[in-house]
Amino acid sequence: METPVTPVQVTGTVLTTRRVEAYHALTVVAPGIAERFRPGHFVAVAVGGPQTSMLTRRAFSVHDVKPDYGGTVEFVFTVRGPGTSWLAGRRARDTLDLVGPLGRPFPLPRDPVSCLLVGGEYGSATLFGLADALQQRDCRVDFLLGGASEDRVFGALRARRMGVTTTLTTEDGSLGLRGTVTDALPGVITDTRADVVYACGPMDMLRGVTAVSVEFDIPVQVAVEEAMACGFGMCMTCVLPVIGDDGVTRMVRACVEGPVFRGERVRFDDVGTIPFDALGAPGAPGHSGARHVS
Amino acid sequence: MSVDMRTYLAHVELINPITTAAGCASSGKELAQFFDLNRIGALATHSITMAPRAGRPTPRVAETPSGMLNAIGLQGPGIEAFLERDLPWLSQRSVRTIVSIAGGTVNEYGTLARRLADAPGVTAVEVNLACPNIEDRGRVFARDGAASAEVISSVRALMRYDVPVVAKLSPDVADIVAIARACVDGGADALSMINTPLGMSIDTETLRPSLAAVTGGLSGPAVRPLAVRCVWQVHAALPGVPIIGVGGVLTGRDAFELVLAGACAVGVGTALFHDPYACLRVLRELEELLQARGFQRLADAVGLAHRPPGSVSRHRTDPAPGQGASNMEESPL
Repeated sequence: METPVTPVQVTGTVLTTRRVEAYHALTVVAPGIAERFRPGHFVAVAVGGPQTSMLTRRAFSVHDVKPDYGGTVEFVFTVRGPGTSWLAGRRARDTLDLVGPLGRPFPLPRDPVSCLLVGGEYGSATLFGLADALQQRDCRVDFLLGGASEDRVFGALRARRMGVTTTLTTEDGSLGLRGTVTDALPGVITDTRADVVYACGPMDMLRGVTAVSVEFDIPVQVAVEEAMACGFGMCMTCVLPVIGDDGVTRMVRACVEGPVFRGERVRFDDVGTIPFDALGAPGAPGHSGARHVS
Repeated sequence: MSVDMRTYLAHVELINPITTAAGCASSGKELAQFFDLNRIGALATHSITMAPRAGRPTPRVAETPSGMLNAIGLQGPGIEAFLERDLPWLSQRSVRTIVSIAGGTVNEYGTLARRLADAPGVTAVEVNLACPNIEDRGRVFARDGAASAEVISSVRALMRYDVPVVAKLSPDVADIVAIARACVDGGADALSMINTPLGMSIDTETLRPSLAAVTGGLSGPAVRPLAVRCVWQVHAALPGVPIIGVGGVLTGRDAFELVLAGACAVGVGTALFHDPYACLRVLRELEELLQARGFQRLADAVGLAHRPPGSVSRHRTDPAPGQGASNMEESPL
C-alpha cells in the first residue's frame, strides 16, 4: 500500500495552454505538486479567479509532470460548464490555484508483468505517467483507448509511441475499431497476454472493463472520475459503494480512499445509490437509533 | 500592537474566534494536512450520530451562484468509532473540539451526550437541531421551539457541567428569536447560527433535480445576509448569549460583519472546500481589520453595529492613542 502524500496548495503560473483534439490542456508551474506526484494522483483547481462565485474546486487527473521551472504539472479537461469554460480561457502567465497531489496513486507491480492500459475519453490522460513508471520497472505496456469519435480519443499518438501495441476504438468508427473499449477488450487481453489491467474513464466504461477483466481472472485497477467539491476529503460528496477487505460495503470517498480502486471491489451497478447492505444504510441493521454496530 | 483575539463560549476561553463549521471539516484529519489545528479557536466536527450512517445517494452537491447545495445525509461512522478513533486523535493533539451531535429523538441526543460526558477532549457540544424528529412525523426539531428546548435540556442535563452546550439554529423558521429564546431557556450556553436553509436546483440538461435527494442545504456567501440578519436579531433580543456566527464567511471582512452583528465566534464552512487555509486567512484578515479600525480587543467589536446611529465608538483608540481608560463610556453627542 502506498503511503499517502501530503497535499499542498500552490498558486502556480500557467506555462502553456494547448488544444488536444476536443480537449484542453494546461501546464502550470507547481513545484510542490510536481515533486510529490505519483501516477494516479489528481489536482483540485479553483476556478473563476479571486472574486469567483464558483466555490467548488474542479478535480482533474494529471497528464504529465516535468522538471522544468522547478516542476510543472499538466492536466487535461473538457469544457462542461462555466468553471471549465473559465479554465479554457486561461493564457500563459495567468495564475491558477491548485491543490495536490491528491488521492491514492496506482499500485505498481513488483515484477515485470504485461500491463494493459485502458482509457476512455480524456480519462486516458492519467495513464501516460503510469506507463512511464511501469516501463521503468520493465513492464510491457499496451494501450487500448477509446471515445465517442476521433477527436475524443485522447493521447493516441503518445500511446503509439509508448505502447508495444495500441488499439483504438470509436463509437462512430471514425478512428480504429467501431465500438467501445469494452467491446475490444477481450481480444486485446488475449493478444497482449495482459497480466493486469489499469483503466480510467467514465463509470460505464470502468464497469465494462472490470467485468471483462474478472472474466479473464486478471487484476484490474480503475481510477474513477467522481464529481467532487473539495478533492481533499472534507465535503463527503464523491462517495461510491466499495467493498472493503472485511467484505463490508462502505460509502467511501473517491478523493481520499480512491480515485484508484481494485475494480472488482467497486459496486458499479450501485453507484449513485446507497446499497441496502452498505454500512449505515437506511434500514440496515444498526441504523436505527436504539441499536448500533461498532 | 496586536489585537486581543480571545473569546469565550460561556466560560470556555478560545484563543481566537475562528472555528470550522460543523460538517465542513470532517473530523479534522484532512484539514490538519494543511495547518496546525491548534491555531484556530476550535474545530467543529461533522455531526456525530449513534449508529454509522451511509448518508444520501449521489449526486450530493450542486454548485449554485456564490454557494452550493448539499445533501450529504450526515454520513459518518457513528459515536463508537468517533470515540475510539477520531476524538482521541484530536485530543492527543490538544485541538479544542466542538463535537456536533445529531439524533432522531430527544432520547438519542441525550444518549449521545451521555456517551460524550466522560470522553476527554470535548471543548463544547453543538446540537444540530436540523434533524427530523422521528417521534413527530419527521418534523425538524429546529423549526419547533418546544422540541428544540426539549433536546437542549436533555443534552444539558446529561453533559458535564463544565462543557458548554451550543444550539445550532436553522434560518428556515418564522421567528428565529423565539427558537433561540426557547433553546436558552432549555439550558443552551451558547447559540450557533445559521445552519443551511433548504434550497433546490434543477439540471436543465437532464430535466431532473440536480441532487439525488432533490432538496439540499444552501451554503456559501449566498446565505451570508441571512446569517447576518439572524445573528443581529438574536443578539438584539438576547445580548448576553454568546453566538457563533456561521454562514458564507469567505474573508475577514465577512467574519467582521458577523462580529458586528453580535457573534463572538465565527464559523468558516464552505470556504474550506475552496481554500483549505481559509480559517487562518480569515483570522489574519479579521485581526488586521480590527487593528486598522483601532480595536484593541475583539470583544469590543462584538455586537457593535447595534449601537445607536451617530454614536461614537467607545472602543476607538485613535482619537486619543495610548489613553488607558478606553473602556470609558462616551457621550453619543
